[in-house]
Amino acid sequence: MRPKIPALTSLLVVAAVLVILPFILSDYNISLAAQVGIFFIAVLGLNILTGYTGQISIGHGAFMAIGGYTTAVMSRDHGTNLVVTMLMAFAICFVVGLLVGLPALRLSGVYLALVTFALAVSVPYIPLQYSTFLGGSGGVNVRDSQIPSNLWVYKAAWTSSAILFVLAWLILRGRVGRAFRAIRDSEIAAVSSGVELPVYKTLAFGISAAYAGVAGSLFVLALNGFAQPSEFDVFLSLQILVGAAVAGLGSLWGILVGAAFVGLLPQVSSSVPVIGAQHGRDVVFGAAVILIMLLLPDGFAGLLARIRRLGSA
Amino acid sequence: MVSAATSRLEGVRGGSIDPGTVTVVLFLLGGAVFLLIGCLRSTTFAQLTIEGLAIGSVYGSLALALVLVYRATHVINFAQGELAMFTTYIAWDLMQHGLSYWPAFAATLAIAFALGTVLQVTLIRPVQHRSVIAVVIVTVGLFILIDGVVNWIWGGDFKLMKSPFGLGSFDVGGVPIRHLYVGMMVVVFVSVVLVWALFRFTKLGLGMRAAALRPDAAALVGVRVDSMLAIGWGLAAVLGAVAGLMAEPTQLFLTPVLMQQILVYAFAAAVLGGLESPAGALVGGLTIGVSLNLIVGYVPEKYVGSNLQLPLAFAVLLVILLVKPSGLFGRREVRRV
Repeated sequence: MRPKIPALTSLLVVAAVLVILPFILSDYNISLAAQVGIFFIAVLGLNILTGYTGQISIGHGAFMAIGGYTTAVMSRDHGTNLVVTMLMAFAICFVVGLLVGLPALRLSGVYLALVTFALAVSVPYIPLQYSTFLGGSGGVNVRDSQIPSNLWVYKAAWTSSAILFVLAWLILRGRVGRAFRAIRDSEIAAVSSGVELPVYKTLAFGISAAYAGVAGSLFVLALNGFAQPSEFDVFLSLQILVGAAVAGLGSLWGILVGAAFVGLLPQVSSSVPVIGAQHGRDVVFGAAVILIMLLLPDGFAGLLARIRRLGSA
Repeated sequence: MVSAATSRLEGVRGGSIDPGTVTVVLFLLGGAVFLLIGCLRSTTFAQLTIEGLAIGSVYGSLALALVLVYRATHVINFAQGELAMFTTYIAWDLMQHGLSYWPAFAATLAIAFALGTVLQVTLIRPVQHRSVIAVVIVTVGLFILIDGVVNWIWGGDFKLMKSPFGLGSFDVGGVPIRHLYVGMMVVVFVSVVLVWALFRFTKLGLGMRAAALRPDAAALVGVRVDSMLAIGWGLAAVLGAVAGLMAEPTQLFLTPVLMQQILVYAFAAAVLGGLESPAGALVGGLTIGVSLNLIVGYVPEKYVGSNLQLPLAFAVLLVILLVKPSGLFGRREVRRV
C-alpha cells in the first residue's frame, strides 16, 4: 500500500480494467465483480487492523451488519440518498469500532479473537429482539424506488474501493502508519518511543470498522436492498478474515486476489460437480483456506514478493 | 489438571493464601447458597437451576476441551464446536446402522480421539510455530470445512436422534427433574473425572503436563512433546464429543448448527475460569449455564428475551476480560520486559 512508480503502473492497469469490465461482462458477472469490490473494501479494512497493527478480528461481519442496517433503515424511514447512507455507515461504524477497540486495548492475541468471534455470532440476534425497529428475522428493505441495479452497485463498490484505497495509503504512509507498524512489531518498543498505544490501537479499530461498514452497506444494496440477519452470520466474518489471510500484507494485488478469492470462490464452488449442491461452497472454501495457510505463509503478497525476488536474482 | 500442583507450589513460595482465591471461593459459596435457598423456596427456580446446571455442564465440557488445547499450545481451536457437532453426526450415523446408544457413544469417542490427533498432526503442527493468527485462521478454515463436510455427507435437514435417558423425570420433594438433566451431568462428570485421572495418575498424563508447561525442558528429559500435543488434541476432541452428544437431546433435532451457539457459551465459560484452569472451565460452564438460564427465565421477554441470551454471553465475556482478565482461577500473567 505504499505505491512507488511500478506500483503506480499496476494501479493504473487495475483502474483501466475496472472501467472496461462493465462493457464486456453480462449482468450476472457484473454482480459478481461488484461482490469482489465489496470484499475488497472489507479486506482492505481488516488489513489495516491485522496487517498493520497486528490485532486480530473475527468479528468484521458484525460491523458489516451495522453498516448494512444503517443503509436499509435510513432508506426505509427517510428515503435518504444511498450514497449518504454509505457515508453514515462509515461514520457510525467508525464510532462503534472505537468503542469495540477500547476493550480491545486490554486484550491481545487469542482473547481478542475470542471477543470478536463472540461479537460476530451475537450481532445477528439483535434485530430479532428489536424487531419493530430492525425488522426481526424478516429484515429491513430499502425503498422499492431506491433498489439499485447491479451496474450501480458495481460502480459504487469500485469507486468506494478506489477512494478508500487512497485514504488507506494516505493514512498508512505517514506518522499514523509508522505508529501502527511500531505497535505490530513490538508494543513495548512502541510505547518506549512515544507512541500512544491507546490512541493508535483504538484508531486502527475505528478505521477498520468504518471500512467494513461501507462494505456492509454495499453488501445490502447488492442483495437488492434487503438487510436480513441470516445474511450476516458468522460465515461472513470468517470470509473477511480468510480474505485478509489470502491477501497477505499490504499489497494491492494481494488484496485484489484475497477479495476475488472470498468474493468468487463461494459462488464458483457452489456448482462443483462431485460434491454438488450449495454445500460444495464450504468444503472447497474451507479446504482452500487451510491449504493456502499451509503453503503460502505470507499470503498472496508474500508469494508475489518471492517471485519478484526470484526474478531479480 | 496441573493447576493444583502449581498453585500448591506458589502457595509454598508465597507463604500465605492469596486473598484473590479467598474472594473467589466466597463468591462461589455465596452463589451456591443463593441457589440452594432459591431451590427450596420455589419449584420453578429449582427447575431452572437444574436445567441450567445440566446445560452448563455441556458448556463446561466444551470449555474444558478448549482449555486443554490452550494450555498445550496457547491457541484457541475455533473448530472445537464444529468438531463436536461432526462427531455427534457420526454417533447418529452409527445408530442408523443398528448400534444402540451406549456402544455408539463409546465408538464415537474413540473416533473423536483419532480425529483430533490426526487433525493436530496434519493441519496444526505445520503452522504451530508461526503465529497465533496463522493457527487461528487454520482452525477457522477447519470450522468452515467441517460445516461443509457435514452438510455434504448428511445434508442440512433435521435428524431425529433417540434420547439416551428417555423422557421421564424424577420427583424430588415435589420438583420434577428430568432424567435427561441428571444423565447429562453424570456423563459429563464421569468423563471429566476420567480425563483428570489420566492427567494426574498416569505416566502419559505426566508427560502431557510437562509438554504443556515446559516444552523445552520436557523434550530434554525425553518426553515426546509433539506426540503429547497430538494426544492433547485427541482428548480435547473426546471431551467435545461428549459435549456434542449431551447437547443434542436438549435440542429438538440434530442440525449442523448444533454447537455454534454453545461454542460462544463455552468461550465465556473458559474465560470466566481463567482459560488456563481446567477446574475453572467446569465451574465457569456451570456458572454461565445457571445464570443465563435464570436471567432468561425471570427477566421479562421485553428486556432480555431468549434472543438476547447470546449477546448477553458476549457481554459477560467482555466484562470478565475487562474486569478480571485472569478469570476466577487463572494466574495473573507477569510479563518481563
